[in-house]
Amino acid sequence: MDLRFTPEETAFREEVRAFIRNNLPKETRERLRMGHPPTKAETVQWQRALNARGWAAISWPKEWGGPGWSPVQRMIFLEENLAAPAPELLGFNITMIGPVLIQFGTEEQKKRFLPRAANLDDWWCQGFSEPGAGSDLASLKTAARREGDHYIVNGQKIWTSTAHNADWCFLLVRTNPAAAKRQEGISFLLVDMKTPGITVRPIISIDGSHHLNEVFFDDVKVPVEMRVHEENRGWDVAKFLLGNERVGIARLGKSRERIDFAKSLARETRSGGRPLSEDPAFRQRVAQLEVDLKGLEMMQLRVVSAYDKRRDGKPDPLSSAIKVRGSELLQATSELVMDVGGPQSMTAWAREADTASNEPALGPEWAAQAAGAYLMLRAASIYGGSNEIQKNILSKAVLRL
Amino acid sequence: MDFDLTDEQRLLADSVGRLMADTYSFEKRRALIREAEGYSAELWARYAELGLLGLPFAEEHGGFGGGAVEIMLVMEAFGRALALEPYLATVVLGGTALRLAGSPAQLEAMVPRIAEGQLKLAFAHGERQARYDLSDIETKATRSGAGYVLDGAKTVVLHGDSADMLVVSARTSGGRDDADGLSLFLVDGRANGVARRGYALRDGTRAAEVVLSGVEVGADALLGAEGAAFPVIARVVEAGIAAMCAESVGAMDAMHAMTLDYLKTRQQFGRPIGENQVLQHRSAEMLIQLENARGMAMLAAMMVDEPDAAERARNIAMAKVGVGQAGRFVSQQAIQLHGGIGMTEEYAIGHFFRRVMVIEHSFGDTAHHLNRLAALAA
Repeated sequence: MDLRFTPEETAFREEVRAFIRNNLPKETRERLRMGHPPTKAETVQWQRALNARGWAAISWPKEWGGPGWSPVQRMIFLEENLAAPAPELLGFNITMIGPVLIQFGTEEQKKRFLPRAANLDDWWCQGFSEPGAGSDLASLKTAARREGDHYIVNGQKIWTSTAHNADWCFLLVRTNPAAAKRQEGISFLLVDMKTPGITVRPIISIDGSHHLNEVFFDDVKVPVEMRVHEENRGWDVAKFLLGNERVGIARLGKSRERIDFAKSLARETRSGGRPLSEDPAFRQRVAQLEVDLKGLEMMQLRVVSAYDKRRDGKPDPLSSAIKVRGSELLQATSELVMDVGGPQSMTAWAREADTASNEPALGPEWAAQAAGAYLMLRAASIYGGSNEIQKNILSKAVLRL
Repeated sequence: MDFDLTDEQRLLADSVGRLMADTYSFEKRRALIREAEGYSAELWARYAELGLLGLPFAEEHGGFGGGAVEIMLVMEAFGRALALEPYLATVVLGGTALRLAGSPAQLEAMVPRIAEGQLKLAFAHGERQARYDLSDIETKATRSGAGYVLDGAKTVVLHGDSADMLVVSARTSGGRDDADGLSLFLVDGRANGVARRGYALRDGTRAAEVVLSGVEVGADALLGAEGAAFPVIARVVEAGIAAMCAESVGAMDAMHAMTLDYLKTRQQFGRPIGENQVLQHRSAEMLIQLENARGMAMLAAMMVDEPDAAERARNIAMAKVGVGQAGRFVSQQAIQLHGGIGMTEEYAIGHFFRRVMVIEHSFGDTAHHLNRLAALAA
């Protein structure tokens, strides 16, 4: 047992840092540091820069453009990328549809979609949740009936993140309503978002941003060759995808970056006649978050270092614990930054700024963004399998209750 | 980056685990607590046979050359069984002081006897006024001829009542809170002027109040350089924290397993209580805390030999906080989920609970270490 990074791993971290330092546009970094979510253009630019270096399809096999990294290297890369802070790789492309096509796709599907997904030539979105099917995904109703060489899709998806940016959607549909088990009548389709009959409607979230959507399907024609895996076996694909999704979900680098950012702000913020950074309550809170971060880091390292040794192909049950702790920490660190800003965090200037107003800023840019991040991150314990679902998984899969 | 145990380490964990499972029944443990020494001399001899008592000492001195990971494995097994023997006091605390500060002659004279189970140590450092402050030492060592005379009082000396030899900290110069001016001495537990009052802690393990009145020791009793013991004391405490973190994880693991078993067997309203989602989630939360603590105990073990003192201190403090907080949650919920039976002395949960409680209050509690971290956090 040796928890230190090897010299090779440390050198790799340096290499990643240097690449980010030399290639990430300063304006992008500064905007992210201020708490803005990355724009579509920033995300595309950065993923293409990474892809040019061979660092976008990080978990894919080499033949499909993967860098051939170990799980530890992948973790180091993701941490450094988040800590920079740089835009994250688009998860829909890299950790969802990519691995799904590599595992289940036809040669034609792989050739057509994988290089474009890596380079973010296609922006993918995830059509899973429905108004009546959130955590209980298998109860989905969106229907696809076969007509010759096509499926005709009708129904509604919801909470579809970035559907308004997306070129393609991977979609769970019900192809056999009469199946004995709900899970057995589901198929997995790839849908061009420009297909007639698709309507995307924004859902404005409590942070005032447009990130989520409703997507309506009205007699949408999808060629049969756009089905992944066998008909009515889409649940296998969905389970595989959701298992993949949990691995990077702790987003440790983000929490670390936010703690460090809050500490730097607190040194410049006066409270009670002295810098906030000298306030014992503030320091205790930071210390507690750093302890929690360290605990999460240890948990993640254990999972990552065991990753290649697990042969059952199932996600490590500890990844549910990591999802819970990771999302709690993302939320807590966003609260910390917001609380440093105090009343300045309460202005809604960030929303006005979206309209390209020429008015001067109301206060510090970071403070105007801070509440938005806090509000948006309430979703962290809901998406990707809510924390309650994760506890269900732990109690069933590990505790056998 | 590698969390795997070597074959030897796995063998060690298995053999200690088996020994504990075979010998440490709950009833036997309760009987041992009632005896004067408060632990099993027979098992102490078995530990010696298994090589556990010489584990962390260098082979050239008669030890087995093990490190902090080996200690972690042993302590976790001890935690799971609630072992009562003075292993922490002798091998981890006394042993670390000896390893770090002992002269070749001292090591040569003591290590083989420790490894054989013939010499038990205790770390007589804490004082009543000091609470958790390591440098708050009033016990004095005054030069007298070729040696020293020790005067002072030590409190909650773990296994101080049965120790053959005490590792005593005393001030050879400086004021009450000075880190400089502290020295360590090897003092025979039966020396003239040493008065020991043994008692049980809340968890049944033994401790002693030690009063030193004009205790004369020779120059060869000095352990390490005069006046320069503080870094050694800090490392002894760090090693103790790392070992206790592992022990606490073992105890939490046992509590969680017992609670899980109870949830599956205890019937109320015609079904196992574990079918209630609120209890399933609580149990999952206990698991998350336990796994968090397990990682922290590994971190502490890995940090014991970290050369960078600031990095070592910071990480071990983080581990103590993480394990302490997890310990409170897991042990409190273990009683809660058992209901009334968890409150009884006849049931094991309360015994694990009290061990975890004592561990949290040893070598700095959660608030103490969180404050230390907060001082660094700006």
